[in-house]
Amino acid sequence: MSAADKRDTDHVTGTQTTGHEWDGIQELNTPLPRWWLWMFYATIVWSIGYWIVYPAWPLVTTHTRGIWDWSTRSAIVEDMATHRASRAAHVDRIAAASAEQIVADPTLLSFARAQGRVAFADNCVPCHGAGGGGAKGYPNLVDDEWLWGGTLADINQTIRHGIRSGDENARIGSMPAFGRDGILQRPDIVAVAEYTRSLSGLPVDPKIDLARGQKVYADNCAVCHGESGKGNRELGAPNLTDAIWFYGSDPATIIDGIWNGRGAVMPAFAGRLDDTTIKALTVYVHTLGGGEK
Amino acid sequence: MARRSSSIVSRGANSEPELVERGDVVARSAIPQPFDDPDGPLYAPRKHIYPQSVKGRFRTIKWVVLAITLGIYYLLPFVRWDRGPGAPSQAVLVDLPNSRFYFFFIELWPQEVYYFTGLLILAALTLFLMNAIAGRVWCGYLCPQTVWTDLFLAVERLTEGDRRERMQRDAAPWTLEGALRKTAKHFLWLMIAWWTGGAWVLYFADAPTLVKDLATGNAPFIAYAWIGILTFTTYFLAGHLREQVCIYMCPWPRIQAALTDEYALNVSYRYDRGEPRGSVKKNAALRERGLPAGDCVDCFQCVHVCPTGVDIRNGLQLDCIQCGLCIDACDAVMKKVGLPTGLIGYDTDLNIARRSEGKPAKFHPLRARTVLYAALIVITGAIMLYGLAARATVGIGVIHDRNPMYVTMADGGVRNAYTVRLLNKALESRSFLLIIEGLLAADVDVIGSAPNTDGQFVIDVEANQTRELRVLVTLHRKPPASSTPLTFRIVEMRSGEHAKAVDHFRGP
Repeated sequence: MSAADKRDTDHVTGTQTTGHEWDGIQELNTPLPRWWLWMFYATIVWSIGYWIVYPAWPLVTTHTRGIWDWSTRSAIVEDMATHRASRAAHVDRIAAASAEQIVADPTLLSFARAQGRVAFADNCVPCHGAGGGGAKGYPNLVDDEWLWGGTLADINQTIRHGIRSGDENARIGSMPAFGRDGILQRPDIVAVAEYTRSLSGLPVDPKIDLARGQKVYADNCAVCHGESGKGNRELGAPNLTDAIWFYGSDPATIIDGIWNGRGAVMPAFAGRLDDTTIKALTVYVHTLGGGEK
Repeated sequence: MARRSSSIVSRGANSEPELVERGDVVARSAIPQPFDDPDGPLYAPRKHIYPQSVKGRFRTIKWVVLAITLGIYYLLPFVRWDRGPGAPSQAVLVDLPNSRFYFFFIELWPQEVYYFTGLLILAALTLFLMNAIAGRVWCGYLCPQTVWTDLFLAVERLTEGDRRERMQRDAAPWTLEGALRKTAKHFLWLMIAWWTGGAWVLYFADAPTLVKDLATGNAPFIAYAWIGILTFTTYFLAGHLREQVCIYMCPWPRIQAALTDEYALNVSYRYDRGEPRGSVKKNAALRERGLPAGDCVDCFQCVHVCPTGVDIRNGLQLDCIQCGLCIDACDAVMKKVGLPTGLIGYDTDLNIARRSEGKPAKFHPLRARTVLYAALIVITGAIMLYGLAARATVGIGVIHDRNPMYVTMADGGVRNAYTVRLLNKALESRSFLLIIEGLLAADVDVIGSAPNTDGQFVIDVEANQTRELRVLVTLHRKPPASSTPLTFRIVEMRSGEHAKAVDHFRGP
């Protein structure tokens, strides 16, 4: 503040002004209480305490750790331990009960579904989608059609050992590459593809000879998919007569499947997830909507 | 002091000369003169206030209010209220672990927190109404800061004596007696502060059990931590910061100044009667000579009893909490010198001006703003009462599965899945009939619940709990539209109380 500034006394309040003036507006000098300043110093002292207690300063390769060795990571580990302890009673009951018993008990079911939902989000969502809706080549888990069976035991087996996963108890079965390996010629493949569409009542190209397709089907496909096209769960051969299509129902997709074969893989989760989590996952998938008795 | 209509006088370091009073010379001399420093003082040193004891009408009112408010605060957690088995029997309880709030016959769930909004609106309107009628009634009599400070001042007087004794002791060198008296004061303050923190935590758990646990050292750490925090804040705010809270920390004086008007009753010095002030002798001499002389004998009693250290004769000011103690002090002096009481009293700016002009006093408690505030209080209160009386003890929430929105079934039909939550706010277990309307041909499945012989789903929900269900709605053909409205309805089996939620059935 320059000496030229003139401090007056405001005649309304009797308070001294600061001498600052902006377009005729003057500022009253209303000092802060002294303790306010002390509080400011106290916060500085507090911050020093913070540096000592908590991790604060970055060093060249590490950082100061504080006297309690607190970190967000150790905090979350503690939090998780606390939550695990609070859930222990229910987890123990889930561990002791069979999947059938869990489905029959509303309390256990609600707890197992909550646990299963989390495990599903962590492990299954990348392929099967957030709500189990699936995608092309990744089966929908909410509908009423199952490649390998939809009972609690079937689902448990699939999660545990996977499909074509290399696990010794994995579910195995494969669709050969009829075109690529020269088993069938292109006209036969086009004909059998149209015949397959006709099995589920889809419109068929009238220029195609369905009788030829039917013969090719009986000679090559019926062994796995069945005479009437109902599929075979032992081999994971899908039902070709219903409205659900694993890869798609348009002729090009079907021809692609017959030409190149199919062999989707699901990893085995036994060993990756503990038994209780797999049980909860089984119950969750079973209760998404498609579970079979 | 010149006659002028009262205005808010802000507190500056350079208080006007007439503010310097005789008894306070010691404390005042510490104030640096503002003009000594070319930049002016940045920080104001605190003026220590030694409020003097006083007796009178307003002091009595304040003692009664103090007893009632502190009585409620300390004892309310022990009041019992029978809610039946399985429910807490404490009249006022904030049950954080179970997310429930109990207040006598009222029970609130977290999603009903809007009732608190209503309560806050009511509190604000009541504050405005009090202010429009009689100024800072809240500040002077009801505010916790005022009540606890009053109690702490009483303790100070008990241990260290009244104003003059305290001032003399503080000015003199330390003595053993003085130290003992101060120790006793701080000990008693801490005890009160500790009880204050102790009572606070009792609102968050069953009070008798928690008292037992606290005494035996079995209470949770968080309880001790909160008692510690509130012991500190009470001791610090009521014992040490006192009027500094009102002057520097509280926003209400600033807001109040903007809300008051010339019709509001305020603790006022009737300068029309008091000025020119002077000692009894001096004014008597003036009167003898036929010169004007006021009733104010300039005894400074009003300043000495003031808990915030203001001179009410400077008019309405931010620092004045309008506790009325200066009225008691002045009335006592007026009686002694044989003058009529009421030189300081509850009065309005308007009336002081009218009396100076020789007109009779007029009071306007019924004004647009008081009527408006009162009407708003009645309306808000009525809405809240209706809301509480008509509060449903049944509720339903529906969330449609977002991914997938619908599922094609093997037979070409379509299924939608919903997460349905049933709320049972009654303190007993109840059964609800779940009805889904909108698609007559649809099949309904509830995961984990079998239909009864009539094909209906009856869902049990435990007392004071919710229950989440996964509900599947399946239509065995193509739905009529890509989106069909569905109504989820629940009916309580005995009372018929019901609730509904609307969602949609999606298809290709």
